Amino acid sequence: MPIDILMPALSPTMEEGTLSKWVKKEGDTVKSGDVIAEIETDKATMEVEAVDEGVIGKLLVEAGTENVKVNTKIAILLAEGESADAIGSAAPAAEAPKAEAPAAEDAKPESASVPAQPKVEVAADPDIPAGTEMVSTTVREALRDAMAEEMRRDGDVFVMGEEVAEYQGAYKITQGLLQEFGAKRVVDTPITEHGFAGIGVGAAMSGLKPIVEFMTFNFAMQAIDQIINSAAKTLYMSGGQMGAPIVFRGPNGAAARVGAQHSQDFSSWYSQIPGLKVVMPYTAADAKGLLKAAIRDPNPVVFLENEILYGQHFDVPKLDDFVLPIGKARIHRKGKDATIVSFGIGMTYAVKAVAELEKEGIDVELIDLRTIRPMDLPTVIESVKKTGRLVTVEEGYPQNSVGTEIATRVMQQAFDYLDAPVLTIAGKDVPMPYAANLEKLALPTVGEVVEAVKTVCYK
Amino acid sequence: MAQTKSASASGRKPAAKSASKTVSKEFTGKNTPEFGKDDDLHAYREMLLIRRFEEKAGQLYGMGFIGGFCHLYIGQEAVVVGMQMAQQEGDQVITAYRDHGHMLACGMSPRGVMAELTGRRGGLSKGKGGSMHMFSKEKHFYGGHGIVGAQVSLGTGLAFANAYRNNDSVSVAYFGDGAANQGQVYESFNMAALWKLPIIYIVENNRYAMGTSTARATAQSNYSMRGVGFGIPGVQVDGMDVRAVKAAADEALAHCRAGKGPIILEMLTYRYRGHSMSDPAKYRSKEEVQKMRSEQDPIEQVRNRLLEKGWASEDELKAIDKDIRDIVTDSADFAQNDPEPDASELYTDILL
Repeated sequence: MPIDILMPALSPTMEEGTLSKWVKKEGDTVKSGDVIAEIETDKATMEVEAVDEGVIGKLLVEAGTENVKVNTKIAILLAEGESADAIGSAAPAAEAPKAEAPAAEDAKPESASVPAQPKVEVAADPDIPAGTEMVSTTVREALRDAMAEEMRRDGDVFVMGEEVAEYQGAYKITQGLLQEFGAKRVVDTPITEHGFAGIGVGAAMSGLKPIVEFMTFNFAMQAIDQIINSAAKTLYMSGGQMGAPIVFRGPNGAAARVGAQHSQDFSSWYSQIPGLKVVMPYTAADAKGLLKAAIRDPNPVVFLENEILYGQHFDVPKLDDFVLPIGKARIHRKGKDATIVSFGIGMTYAVKAVAELEKEGIDVELIDLRTIRPMDLPTVIESVKKTGRLVTVEEGYPQNSVGTEIATRVMQQAFDYLDAPVLTIAGKDVPMPYAANLEKLALPTVGEVVEAVKTVCYK
Repeated sequence: MAQTKSASASGRKPAAKSASKTVSKEFTGKNTPEFGKDDDLHAYREMLLIRRFEEKAGQLYGMGFIGGFCHLYIGQEAVVVGMQMAQQEGDQVITAYRDHGHMLACGMSPRGVMAELTGRRGGLSKGKGGSMHMFSKEKHFYGGHGIVGAQVSLGTGLAFANAYRNNDSVSVAYFGDGAANQGQVYESFNMAALWKLPIIYIVENNRYAMGTSTARATAQSNYSMRGVGFGIPGVQVDGMDVRAVKAAADEALAHCRAGKGPIILEMLTYRYRGHSMSDPAKYRSKEEVQKMRSEQDPIEQVRNRLLEKGWASEDELKAIDKDIRDIVTDSADFAQNDPEPDASELYTDILL
């Protein structure tokens, strides 16, 4: 049966083009790959190659014709042995792509057909049995213990990064791991964040469970393509066949006097990416329970620590297997007059501010978000319904911060409960300065938090 | 690998006691091993499937069934087919976005690949990946990546996992002459050599990084030498001759399985089509393309051999052609008629 040759689309955006020249004429024999015509698209002049073999039976569109729509019949190809008489019975042109059909046929507004984003139920924290011994532990030790426990439990878990093995960790988070687990599972890498992040993701795609330590998250900008384009998107791009069970962890945000390139908080950056979980603990117990959960999680988890918090002591329950749910906020202190939401090092300002405000008779509910993505907004909303007032606290830059995201969503979901505009306390909109006085000015202060809470309470 | 006999590409012999293991040994001309009848017939069939599939994909693109970017492998078929003929079950394959040929060679279903190109629910990624993003755990194919060079680090990670598990598998990471200039490629070379990871780095040198010829983009255009600084041996291979590719692959796989670490195979190849469907390819002459097609076509080479040696008659080859066309037509029919993914798929497969 004769075959129709159609006006091809030769770019992602082409809808019509000029048939500038026929290279073959009626009666010519063509085989696949032969150039039969030249077409001018919106971008360039392109050659049209034959796919099927045969003899050009008829040219339907004259050379030089402009505005020929894509999929218009431009010629008819006869198969071996067919005569031009067969042209009348040419096979019907293939149907127009169905891909475009829904938009054309569906009279409803487009938004009506967008499925609702599924709600994720996150379990509450496990109960800690009465009488459990609480052990004063630094965040540093808690993180180390979490990794060691998970490495004992699962031979597929390993740590890689700069100075994690022989040096015992640039910040001593991996102290003792080399001695216990050996060089195969505690892997010193060269200083090549982009490369070893990719190696980690590749190993995770094949089923291992890497913990990739960045000496700081500032250096992970070299590797951010692998974190986002490879780790976070593969599960979706593979239709669920293949993911990356990997943890990227290390200190994030400002330390002290280390200047602009070593002092950035990346929580809001990573929190924008579907396919990632983003955890940012404050206490040692949360650091331990959430890191254990992150290592077991089948998804890529960005685990943001803080150098200043590493040495701080908190009580950690002495339990064989203390694992906390990712995606659940923790009410650090109950209160009724106003809500503060913070996370990570931001909590240090919030905790002090709450104590000062208490002296002045303002009873603040303090929520430690713990996980930035998925965000436990229900806990925040519940609190705002009670207090009617909200202040967020973080060290990161103010534009598109985690706080502005919370403010937006609270405005959308609990507007009627708000008695005052939400205030967001963040770092200043400047690269981190080195000078001690300027650095102090660039970071949030307890005074700013206190002032903000008073403002929303109209006091 | 033989290390002492070959001269380096610059023409100088390596110093006798040099620590460098880099060689540049060409599997062309007299060195090219012969294929038996079965191998030639197999290679013919496999390469023809890729050629016809890609031609059909180009046609469906022209008809608007395939959107976005679509990078065709036509001309380079011998590379992936020759490699695959040497690999064993469990060896992993990873590549960039010119990936349809790799998937077919790995044994992934033509229907599944074509339906992914048209964005339908029967596609290998349920229509959510597209031309550049397909994967198969079962066939050990790890994508399908759209960021130039990223697959090299990922492939090195697959090799890391093989070493970690102490298994016998080798990771085969494909990238182009364009990707060969990316920084993470060298970060990966360093770690692969340092840790003696079982990986074959395949540089598919098709002479053009999109529209920029190797001469305009690269200071050392002998890509087999790109591992010199890391002590990674490299071999230049006639990537238009499936026998040369298979022979190089056999040696490289043996090298990796013997625990000697990574190796680079530079495949000298050529793509007949533009970089993607919308590339008019004005950066090279028609004569250049025509010359490669008429003189070095990987499929014609095998076809001529089969006829010359009397291993297949014209009629038998026609029967194979028809068989392949039927497979491709079936995949295209499926890909045009399969429904689009259900709207409910929008929010699935984001997290496990």
